[in-house]
Amino acid sequence: MNMHTQPQRTPAETALIDAFGERLSLLPGDGAVMLKRDDAIEAVKHGLPTRRIESWHYTDLRRLLSAVPDFDPAAAAQAIAPIVEGSTVLILLNGVSSAKAPVVDGVSVQRLSEKLTDGSIAPGLDPYGSDDAIGALNTAFVADGYFVDIADGIELEKPIELQNLQAGGQTHVRLPVRVGAGAKAVIVERQAGEGAALTSSVSQLVLGEGAEVTWLIVQEQPDTATHLAQFKAHIGKDAKLTLFVMNAGGRLVRQEVMVKTTGEGADFKLRGINLLAGDTHTDVTMVLDHAVPHTTSTEVIRNVVTGKARGVFQGRINVHQYAQKTNAKMACNTLLLSDDGEFSTKPELEIFADDVVCGHGATVTEIDHDHLFYLMARGVDEKSARGLLVKAFVAEVIEELDDEAIVEALEARLDEWFVTHG
Amino acid sequence: MLEIKNLHARIVDDGTEIIRGLNLTVKAGEVAAIMGPNGSGKSTLSYILAGREDYEVTEGDILYNGQSILEMDPAERATSGIFLAFQYPMEIPGVATMEFLKVAMNEQRKARGEEPLKIPEFLKRVKEAAASLSMDMAMLKRPLNVGFSGGEKKRAEILQMKLLEPKLCVLDETDSGLDIDALKIVSDGVNALRSPDRAFLVITHYQRLLEHIVPDSVHVLYRGQVIKSGDKSLALDLEANGYAGVIGQAA
Repeated sequence: MNMHTQPQRTPAETALIDAFGERLSLLPGDGAVMLKRDDAIEAVKHGLPTRRIESWHYTDLRRLLSAVPDFDPAAAAQAIAPIVEGSTVLILLNGVSSAKAPVVDGVSVQRLSEKLTDGSIAPGLDPYGSDDAIGALNTAFVADGYFVDIADGIELEKPIELQNLQAGGQTHVRLPVRVGAGAKAVIVERQAGEGAALTSSVSQLVLGEGAEVTWLIVQEQPDTATHLAQFKAHIGKDAKLTLFVMNAGGRLVRQEVMVKTTGEGADFKLRGINLLAGDTHTDVTMVLDHAVPHTTSTEVIRNVVTGKARGVFQGRINVHQYAQKTNAKMACNTLLLSDDGEFSTKPELEIFADDVVCGHGATVTEIDHDHLFYLMARGVDEKSARGLLVKAFVAEVIEELDDEAIVEALEARLDEWFVTHG
Repeated sequence: MLEIKNLHARIVDDGTEIIRGLNLTVKAGEVAAIMGPNGSGKSTLSYILAGREDYEVTEGDILYNGQSILEMDPAERATSGIFLAFQYPMEIPGVATMEFLKVAMNEQRKARGEEPLKIPEFLKRVKEAAASLSMDMAMLKRPLNVGFSGGEKKRAEILQMKLLEPKLCVLDETDSGLDIDALKIVSDGVNALRSPDRAFLVITHYQRLLEHIVPDSVHVLYRGQVIKSGDKSLALDLEANGYAGVIGQAA
């Protein structure tokens, strides 16, 4: 008899556990996949993480996830235009992939439901660790997604846009992408929809030797939605990954980024902008492992906080003992525009090698009054001048991407946010 | 055009009174030079005219075309035609210079009830103005004033002045940081804007600038007051004899 007492389950925990029982017969995959699901729901039964779990200290999921919507088979999400015209679009409508995937030379696309059914995806379903609540939730419920394989040496001219669109209820999707040696691609992960949905979405990227990928996460959920997302990547020898994360919506958002450099010469760039408004909570948590020698990374996060919004950035860089000559730099800058908003930053460096260059910095500022005066002294009214300065603060990070089509597309998303929240 | 009457002003933060009963009148078409030793209140006067919030007017008034501007914010003053060329123009990362010029020109047009400029017309105007100031268009692709040399910043200020076509131009030590060639280019830019319906307030330490921008009147500012006014010969006198004599007479 186990004497350990469990705290009373929250309504959200109960709803998730009940939903698992109800969904079980509908979820694809048996044998190995089902074992993973069983293990995963056990983790949920032990309770959602609270602030006492270090990696969830600023986002007490147990408290913040106050309600969980039922699955809604009638929810009808609508496809949207890709941010870059001419992109190859792979659509998930309310968590369901399309049977008619577009065809691009050198790119193979498979529905994830098929890979769950045949069990070939099972090894990738393990959560990251005991505190990996998002991984566990997703493994328990994942029903579909896309598996994308970009062949060696393929250079895609147009981006691939993965649209994950919901219209209420729950959706749990997974997006594994393999990019072959020497291949080049821009991949856009679009997270949007309407209604009070709960979404979990896990992206898994593997970059072969010398591959170059720019991956853009554009999250524009409605301020009624809970969005729990993970991005995991392995960066091979001499491969380069630029991950750009834009959070511009959602009521409760956690975007985890777990990246490992697995080959010498690997380079990782994380660029993030969090546009936070209303009574919302947004958390970006990164764990970066420099696991081999001679790898580099830079992380720049810019946050704009208005209203009663709360934001979190946790950036943890682990430099393994063997990973000499690592060069890593991390910065998190916040523009706080209201008295009731807040932003918490926690940089962590764990360095076990002795010949490395690592640094981090964090700032919180208000709009510079001298800058405001200068713009107004040229006839720009106060509201527009503030808008220009706020936009400039985040646009700097976008412009660094150095790809005109992408910069334009992201600035358009930025403008869209300012129109509704400026 | 500009009438400053018994103006008293202090720094909001610490209450220090900088302007202490200043009187000055500048007519349309006039170029008035303001000279004075360090700390006499010259730059403060320029900021107060532009509406900077760090200063508080405690007494007196500033009339522009007969209307008090004290209740107007900096943007309203700018759209009504007041322009300050900053001594130290701010560097604003992330704001593209061209984008800023377009916004500023169109905001001013909007305030005057005019249509926004079409892009080709806007570009034409900027190119012409830049060429007249020997400015490279590549510079304008950079963020506003970021990485500009001291001289480039001053040229960029005059460029803005040309494009915005203000009625009252306040130049705060526009000559500082300029070499002789740049001084000539900037002065020519200012002179080209001289017209019967436009006034200039040229703040400077040195007679040097006034050889290029010849003033109609010269006013000596000391301890927050105009202690002496005269024609351009006053500037020459100050250059030859320093401020001591003038200050002595006033004391």
